[in-house]
Amino acid sequence: MSQTESYNEDVVRQFVVATMFWGIVGFLAGVYIAMQLAWPVFNLDLEWFSFGRLRPLHTSAVIFAFGGNALLGTSFYVVQRTCRASLFGGSGLAQFVFWGYQLFIVMAALGYVLGVTQGHEYAEPEWFVDIWLTVVWVAYLVAFMGTIVRRKEPHIYVANWFYLAFIVTVAVLHVVHSLSVPVSFLGAKSYSLFAGVQDALTQWWYGHNAVGFFLTAGFLGLMYYFIPKQVDRPIYSYRLSVVHFWSLIFLYIWAGPHHLLHTALPDWAQTLGVTFSIMLWMPSWGGMINGLMTISGAWDKLRTDPVLRFMVAGIGFYGMSTFEGPLMSIKAVNALSHYTDWTIGHVHSGTLGWVGFITFGAIYFLVPRLWGRDSLYSEKLVGTHFWVSTIGIVFYIVAMWVSGIMQGLMWKAYDSLGFLQYSFAETVDAMHPFYVIRMLGGLLYLIGALIMVYNLWRTVRGDVLRPVAAAA
Amino acid sequence: MKFSNAPFEKNVLLLLIGTLITISIGGIVEIVPLYTIESTIEKVEGVRPYSPLELAGRNIYIREGCYVCHSQQIRSFRDEVERYGHYSLAAESMYDHPFQWGSKRTGPDLARVGGKYSNEWHVAHLIDPRAVVPESIMPGYSFLAERPLGYEDIAAHLEALRITGVPYSDDMIANARADLEAQDDPDADTDGLLARYPKVVIGDFDDDRGPLSEMDALVAYLQMLGTLVDFTRYGTQDLQQ
Repeated sequence: MSQTESYNEDVVRQFVVATMFWGIVGFLAGVYIAMQLAWPVFNLDLEWFSFGRLRPLHTSAVIFAFGGNALLGTSFYVVQRTCRASLFGGSGLAQFVFWGYQLFIVMAALGYVLGVTQGHEYAEPEWFVDIWLTVVWVAYLVAFMGTIVRRKEPHIYVANWFYLAFIVTVAVLHVVHSLSVPVSFLGAKSYSLFAGVQDALTQWWYGHNAVGFFLTAGFLGLMYYFIPKQVDRPIYSYRLSVVHFWSLIFLYIWAGPHHLLHTALPDWAQTLGVTFSIMLWMPSWGGMINGLMTISGAWDKLRTDPVLRFMVAGIGFYGMSTFEGPLMSIKAVNALSHYTDWTIGHVHSGTLGWVGFITFGAIYFLVPRLWGRDSLYSEKLVGTHFWVSTIGIVFYIVAMWVSGIMQGLMWKAYDSLGFLQYSFAETVDAMHPFYVIRMLGGLLYLIGALIMVYNLWRTVRGDVLRPVAAAA
Repeated sequence: MKFSNAPFEKNVLLLLIGTLITISIGGIVEIVPLYTIESTIEKVEGVRPYSPLELAGRNIYIREGCYVCHSQQIRSFRDEVERYGHYSLAAESMYDHPFQWGSKRTGPDLARVGGKYSNEWHVAHLIDPRAVVPESIMPGYSFLAERPLGYEDIAAHLEALRITGVPYSDDMIANARADLEAQDDPDADTDGLLARYPKVVIGDFDDDRGPLSEMDALVAYLQMLGTLVDFTRYGTQDLQQ
């Protein structure tokens, strides 16, 4: 690139700050609603604090605010560097995307607390917020693709394939799934264009691919850039990248019906969903292998580099949850797991483990570079963050495995006379200890993130923590 | 023939189009037939659009996020059928914009809760769940009892739903407000309401004789859930998709 043209790093810095800010908000909301499930008094009997309204606030804050800002920010960083071109549309377009996206988050969050919702899981915002997001998303696509068009490299780097698939597919999912008829153009309320069984499958076509493209394809973009950078080695296999990319995006789209097994969805659609969910295991692990094997020859760095440890553990959790997912989509397993906390545990091993850890790794990588510091304030604190968070995740998912499987079995238990053994209320009562453990796990994860914020804050200030022993 | 990924790596438009085609196939193959295969929605009698008061209650159900803890979809297992009632049909949610099948049972399934408890039980339970079910972890919704129901624009809601395909007649829309008020008034003339919405449950749901509250609407909705289809009339053969 020429000397006069420079990368737009201002907007990346903004996105990094927003990622951490919304991350803390989202984790805090998660801990709070976990407390509500353990001790319902925390609902306060006030509408704005009830679980039903705060739960969408938590899921949206972590997926779309924390995860979304991480994806937008890193994609702008990666696309400029791998294309050796500055961001298309200049600072104006970048600032529109940043502030437009924050406005979307604030509008959505206010809506949840005030009871403005479409009642579609993971797509709760009402029609006017949906339209605004569409405008911002198109601007994002233009900035991203425009930069690729201006590239000075002959090839488009693999990370950008994944980012592009994430942007385009999320656009398609969002626009189709949000189709609705407003009651009036001055009111917030609208009715979804789809109903019943068709709405159910449209919802999970959207919902599962929010996982597949927002939380997976997008973050694989991070993996394909930041892992090679951190270990200073090329991607393990180019050929595997190609196979990984096309097979992953082809197969993911089919998997939605596994959220609707044994329901009123026609059997043929359920079977298709199960079949593709099991096949999806292969590209998922192919990608995991490609990420992990990139480190081969540099495994010793895992001992000395806590940032790499985050990234590698993230890929580990990715491998684990993409094995668990196909397993849970088998009809016989799903008969037990569906409607229980097992699903909640599964989602959190993917989000806390994979999405969270790969994001933390990328941000630890970015902050010293973006603010022109030689190193992080303290690598030791990164290590502390790693262990506190990891123990938090283990608490969380083990509690949910136990409570989920236990509740599933209790629902299906018969006594010797052939009657259902447990009332529903008894199964709720049995969940209590696990809900307390889950809350503690989430709290540890939040504490880890606060340690990270402190570490980053000191890094930005230019402080470096010298080991005491070395000074003596 | 040797396959090469190079064209997609050198032309971003080609990458975009290739991606769009690749991600479209699965969705089209799975979703479009749900509209074209006629047996997707079982042929049963009784399913009707929501009465205006039920619809208002359903909107409160959605607003409060009840669906994050309660499913409305009974799976075809022995234990679920014994616990909750006949397994759910696609037909029973054919007018649900949006569907509320849910994905988690922190609380029990509500697909057939209609008629299982009295109005008084529902009101007491919604105001203070633990007064009725000590083990419950449900939030209290006492504010619903105090808040008057906003229904001035209820006809506009029916009209919006008609655009999405719900068969609300002109008659239903013209009488929407009157029907809504009549359903909560045991002394009202309800012949028209009953003709338009068969099996509709009429009564002062929160039993306060006062103005219509959000509690009235929510209980009216809960009391009709799963009651429309008469399952004594159908065998398994009749319900195959």
